[in-house]
Amino acid sequence: MSKSITRISHNAPVLEDNDPQEDLVTLNIGPTHPATHGVFQNVVQIDGERIVSGVSTIGYIHRAFEKIAEHRPFYQITPLTDRLNYCSSPINNMGWHMTVEKLLDIEIPKRVQYMRVIVMELARIADHIICNGILGVDTGAFSGFLYVMQEREFIYEIYEEICGARLTTNIGRIGGFERDFNDVAFAKIREFLVRFPPVLKEFQELFDRNRIFIERTSNVAAVTPEEALDYSWSGPILRATGIDYDVRAHSPYCSYEEFDFEVPVGTNGDVYDRFMVRNEEMWQSMRIIEQALDKIDKEPKGIFHADVPDFYLPPKEQVYTSMEALIYHFKIVMGEWDAPKNEVYHAVEGANGELGFYLISDGGRTPYRLHFRRPSFINYQMFAPMSSGMLISDAIINMSSLNVIAGELDA
Amino acid sequence: MSNITLSDAPPGVEGAGFFATTLDKAIGLARANSLWPLPFATSCCGIEFMATMGSTYDLARFGAERPSFSPRQADMLLVMGTIAKKMAPVLKQVYVQMAEPRWVIAVGACASSGGIFDTYSVLQGIDEIIPVDVYVPGCPPRPEAILDGVLRLQDIVKNESLNRRNTPEYKALLEKYGIVTDNG
Amino acid sequence: MDKLTNETVIEKLKSQFGDGITHISEPKGLLTVETHKDHIIEVLRSIKEDDSMQFIYLTDITAVHHPEREKPYAVVYHVHSLVHNVRIRIKVFLEKENPTIASATVLWNGANWMERETYDFFGIIFEGHPDLRRILNMDELGVFPMRKEYPLEDPNRVDKKDFYFGR
Repeated sequence: MSKSITRISHNAPVLEDNDPQEDLVTLNIGPTHPATHGVFQNVVQIDGERIVSGVSTIGYIHRAFEKIAEHRPFYQITPLTDRLNYCSSPINNMGWHMTVEKLLDIEIPKRVQYMRVIVMELARIADHIICNGILGVDTGAFSGFLYVMQEREFIYEIYEEICGARLTTNIGRIGGFERDFNDVAFAKIREFLVRFPPVLKEFQELFDRNRIFIERTSNVAAVTPEEALDYSWSGPILRATGIDYDVRAHSPYCSYEEFDFEVPVGTNGDVYDRFMVRNEEMWQSMRIIEQALDKIDKEPKGIFHADVPDFYLPPKEQVYTSMEALIYHFKIVMGEWDAPKNEVYHAVEGANGELGFYLISDGGRTPYRLHFRRPSFINYQMFAPMSSGMLISDAIINMSSLNVIAGELDA
Repeated sequence: MSNITLSDAPPGVEGAGFFATTLDKAIGLARANSLWPLPFATSCCGIEFMATMGSTYDLARFGAERPSFSPRQADMLLVMGTIAKKMAPVLKQVYVQMAEPRWVIAVGACASSGGIFDTYSVLQGIDEIIPVDVYVPGCPPRPEAILDGVLRLQDIVKNESLNRRNTPEYKALLEKYGIVTDNG
Repeated sequence: MDKLTNETVIEKLKSQFGDGITHISEPKGLLTVETHKDHIIEVLRSIKEDDSMQFIYLTDITAVHHPEREKPYAVVYHVHSLVHNVRIRIKVFLEKENPTIASATVLWNGANWMERETYDFFGIIFEGHPDLRRILNMDELGVFPMRKEYPLEDPNRVDKKDFYFGR
């Protein structure tokens, strides 16, 4: 078989047993299988319960983001980024804004940067809640999922306070935010910092020394650092193998260099380590949010965007009342802005790994080319080769621990 | 005593020891309050459906306790998320596998009309391949909106005539979508 | 260990490949070079395996279509030296008819799907790729949709009239 299907050494070999039936069974898992949490199709050859080989088919919700992006003005691409990794859309929004700001050389005020850090870390927590909660469900523990989902709902309430939407948030504009966080939002963020730790602690205690959970996850789908790098993995699953590559620490953006946080790493890259890395990242995100709130207190109040009227869409109420805002609004919407001819690659640490935006501008109102480096797409390609030799049940929890989001996978 | 509320009885004739109503109404009532959903979740709306099923919103209150991942035992197909053209035959297959009576809710802008994705790869609304009973707007709809969609479907189910699935009009509707029924 | 800078990378590439490396620039600080398709695998191999550079992490492979150019297809590699935290972008321009380039799967397994995606959207043939099929689009699609000549919308759709959308 081709190179991509060769068995990876650490997986247990297919057992030599005295099975009278020598034929392998072909099993089609997906594209709407309930155990896959999304539209993934894997056609696997199985020997009993053990997978011998598999082929992944993806593209079942291919929506042509990159083609649409070539036809939309810069500010209209934010709603597209929402729908990439819809479990943590604010990170995508912010990543996109920062990419355009890098292209346009816009300096963002510190207060806005800290506000961005808060929404990004909230999004990371929301995403990790889903992933770890679902991992619990897949290993047979439904209750943990129900506990943490309530906290995710609370994060969505904070989003609603900030931008009005729950899931596809469309937070912010190029140059800052569309409005300041209101007092309720700040109060809710502070409340979240108080109410989430006990829940997370309880959630963690349900799992991390739970014998069933450990037996189901420990040493399952263990990946060595070399293999992970060979397959260009990034994010928590790469860190679970022991490589401390985190874009936030490696090439800080949005003032992450000012924050005191740790990058948790695992030791043997199995499902259990991925679970623990994600849990620890949630704790670290809480630390970051706390620091960001303190930093915001020290900044002058009321600043929520950079002073770049040429590129920042003015608030709607000003467009209706002020001539100047109307002119800038008209210019931006009609595409009369001076984007430089240049190319930019900007990466942020998405919830699943390095989320990169490769933007080529030819000076027009739309990008000439926009390519998303989507961590789910790149992380998922190892799934089929690494599944060979695994039990079906292990492959299922391996998939949930990769946290592949269909929208990001298929673009 | 628990605080369970019972649904109202359909209009009928009541007397000492008996209650008479039409079979349509009685069966409609039973069906409407035990719709088993088949979540066909592909993208963002599926995450909101998770919230709808989860602890805060709790779709189970409306008789949809058990998400049926087998089309054979489902009554209500909830299509949530973008359906790409690559996915369209799969969706149609799932619909064909469902037993009558079956209802479809298109949740979200993508399932209803293609949404913001007017592109070469996306089906412009699932009603191009299967009949739809209720459309829920939103991108994605809030869980309350999804619940409202289910309640609107319950209204349809309550008032559906028992004979509807055998009428020539219904057969013609399915034939329009290229679905041939051989079960009667 | 000395810190790796863009200048040292350029120097090393120049000394090894001479005129094979052209159009050196640093847009937004990210070293960008162009090379020829005959050299691409050697260039990638040398930056990956050179002990002082160690560009071991393949971030991304994609392509860009410039229809007005003589060689319209640019294959773009983003490679990252995790040790030194330096990124490099390598471009290779390919001819209009039958664009082919050697596959990077000999260096990274991770290049597999990235190249399949690039093939799917741009029709660029990666020679030596183990499994070069469409990945996201349907096999029946017949065109390479990210090429600039193809429209965004499905031209066969009937329910949405361009008239109503101002197109």
